Amino acid sequence: MSKAAEAIADSQPPSKAKAATKAASGPGLATAPLKPPRPPTPTPATSTTELTARGSSVSSVSAKKDIVTSATTSMDSDDDFMSDVSSQDDFLDTQDSDNDSLGEDFGDLDGGFSDDKDLLTQKRKPYEVEFKVLNPADIEREQLAQISDVSAILGLPPESAAILLRFGRWKREKLIESYMDHPEVTLEDAGLGTNFEGAAKLETIPGFMCEICCEDGEGLKSYAMRCGHRFCVDCYRHYLGQKIKEEGEAARIECPGEHCHRIVDSRSLDLLVTNDLKTRYRVLLTRTYVDDKENLRWCPAPNCEYAVDCHVKNRDLRRIVPTVKCACSHEFCFGCTLNDHQPTPCGLVKMWLQKCEDDSETANWISANTKECPRCQSTIEKNGGCNHMTCRKCKHEFCWMCMGLWSEHGTSWYNCNRYEEKSGSDARGAQAKSRASLERYLHYYNRYANHEQSAKLDKDLYLKTEKKMTSLQSQSGLSWIEVQFLDTASQALQQCRQTLKWTYAFAFYLARNNLTEIFEDNQKDLEMAVESLSEMFEKPVPDLANLKVDILDKTAYCNKRRIILLSDTAENLKSGEWSFNVTW
Amino acid sequence: MFATKRLSKELLKLKEHVPPGISVAKSDNLEEWQMDIKVLDDNPLYQNQTYRLKFTFGRKYPIEPPEVQFITVAAPSTSTSPSEPNTDTDTERNNTPHSIPMHPHIYSNGIICLDLLSSAGWSPVQTVESVCMSIQSMLTANTKNERPPGDAEFVNYNRRRIRDIPFVYEDDNV
Repeated sequence: MSKAAEAIADSQPPSKAKAATKAASGPGLATAPLKPPRPPTPTPATSTTELTARGSSVSSVSAKKDIVTSATTSMDSDDDFMSDVSSQDDFLDTQDSDNDSLGEDFGDLDGGFSDDKDLLTQKRKPYEVEFKVLNPADIEREQLAQISDVSAILGLPPESAAILLRFGRWKREKLIESYMDHPEVTLEDAGLGTNFEGAAKLETIPGFMCEICCEDGEGLKSYAMRCGHRFCVDCYRHYLGQKIKEEGEAARIECPGEHCHRIVDSRSLDLLVTNDLKTRYRVLLTRTYVDDKENLRWCPAPNCEYAVDCHVKNRDLRRIVPTVKCACSHEFCFGCTLNDHQPTPCGLVKMWLQKCEDDSETANWISANTKECPRCQSTIEKNGGCNHMTCRKCKHEFCWMCMGLWSEHGTSWYNCNRYEEKSGSDARGAQAKSRASLERYLHYYNRYANHEQSAKLDKDLYLKTEKKMTSLQSQSGLSWIEVQFLDTASQALQQCRQTLKWTYAFAFYLARNNLTEIFEDNQKDLEMAVESLSEMFEKPVPDLANLKVDILDKTAYCNKRRIILLSDTAENLKSGEWSFNVTW
Repeated sequence: MFATKRLSKELLKLKEHVPPGISVAKSDNLEEWQMDIKVLDDNPLYQNQTYRLKFTFGRKYPIEPPEVQFITVAAPSTSTSPSEPNTDTDTERNNTPHSIPMHPHIYSNGIICLDLLSSAGWSPVQTVESVCMSIQSMLTANTKNERPPGDAEFVNYNRRRIRDIPFVYEDDNV
């Protein structure tokens, strides 16, 4: 008997559990947290070093230069790099010991001989963006440079200039302009006040009673900022501890006094709290600095403390896919901070991931377990019974096996052998059409998922590679340097698969035009190259030594195909040549 | 406890003088107090009503805000303060059920959405008295006989401590 479509709804995998968080957002009252205005002016470019996304980053470029020219030592090249980065903040003579770690990883033995020429001859490929990597010391130095700059221009103490800058989200020009126009208002809004008299110091005032703890003992040490709200040192310390440790607040800690919006400045803080709190305070300030600046993003890799400076704006993300590579070697998209997803633009990535999360399991299930009624196209799951189906919706009777009319089955019931009959093949043709869109999605999804799966196995692959390299060394008498081609191949494989994976999401949303064919050819070429390299790579160890030249060639070929594909997609994206079958 | 001296002083001050419409209902320890408040003007929403507020002081009071909410029935009073002479009527008053005032920022389980009571809006200089006065004026100013949107859902599902609820204080008018 026929089983109609209702069942499908129940058997979908659970997908959305998102409504739960709503309950929390209640209405509010009284003073809303002060929201500083956000002027739209872009910050002036501070970038001094030019970087490219491929290869690694700065120092890798310089390191490779070293290999080629053999003229300088790698220390020199690191120093060059550092002096570039810090040229703008000469005033601060912090030693560069931290920065050396930036370069350290790049002398890595990736032995990418194949690309050196490209790297040197071509400055930047169409899909690459300019960026630089900052370590925590760099970030702090950048802040200090801007603070001392503004402090000098406006004639304010540095700790006050810092508060002003944080209030204005580091938009220097806008801030200076606003200060020049209305100094009092600006200072008041920033939580500074106009009184800059007097030095910050702890005082013992006879007859003082702390309004927080109600202590009034002799010799009670107290502190007041320039607003004059005086509290005992102990309460102040507790208060700041609570704000910094428990609430993670640093940039906008207000005076404990009622309705007082004076911001606690760093000099007051230094006077009052212990060293571990000061450290935490500075970490938090750095965090808000990076969060506030449009051109800075934290590297999302676990435990990575670097930030990336890149001038791609949100509005550019329709035209550019800004992949950057952190000094920790993590490659991510500056736009959305997800893992590198070139060539697919952020907007489509978001849609694709959402679709996959919502639909892929359901679509797979529908594809595997259901057919459509040949007449009304209702989706039907047959969950038992014989082949004689009656559509519950349109009452059409058909055979589950051949999809043909049941009436034509005559007496050969329950044992369909009529596959070649006309009515059956027509019905199957119609069915195929209605399945096309589903199958189209699954086509792309399965390829996407396949490469993703391979990417997940990257780690295993790499470990296997290492083992292979050691065993190849002992079996063939090749040196460590001579077996590096396997590591290179393994890295190329991983990178190409990452790119390939996203080409399928890209293709899913791509509307056909003259260019799609070129894209598909590029995709096919890369796919084939990757598969054949992958096959060589899996060969037993003894064969690998003989395959060295082939593997090297294929690796170079894969890298080249990847560059071609990415350059082509990026150029067309930039010039708006692609059309998509969705709006985003 | 950090604030013994502070709370004792607050209590002493409240015994000397309480603002009109506010009274101490229970203050026999320094962890939880109950306060009664009345709305004194002729706001029809709150005529002839006494509401009961429960203050819970954490270890870090007054650096951290107290937890404040309206309650319906008072817990039985364990000991009555000797300074209050009429013990019988006091106990009786403590046990009469109270209602939760209608207000677009007060949920029917008594939880109050008030910026002042969040970590960000709190100042350690605030006191029980000043909080009571703020809540009193919040009632006085209100004209809407309604609960916050999503009240039923919130009351059913909220299991968090009050200060952990991520309220959004978007409404400056009420």
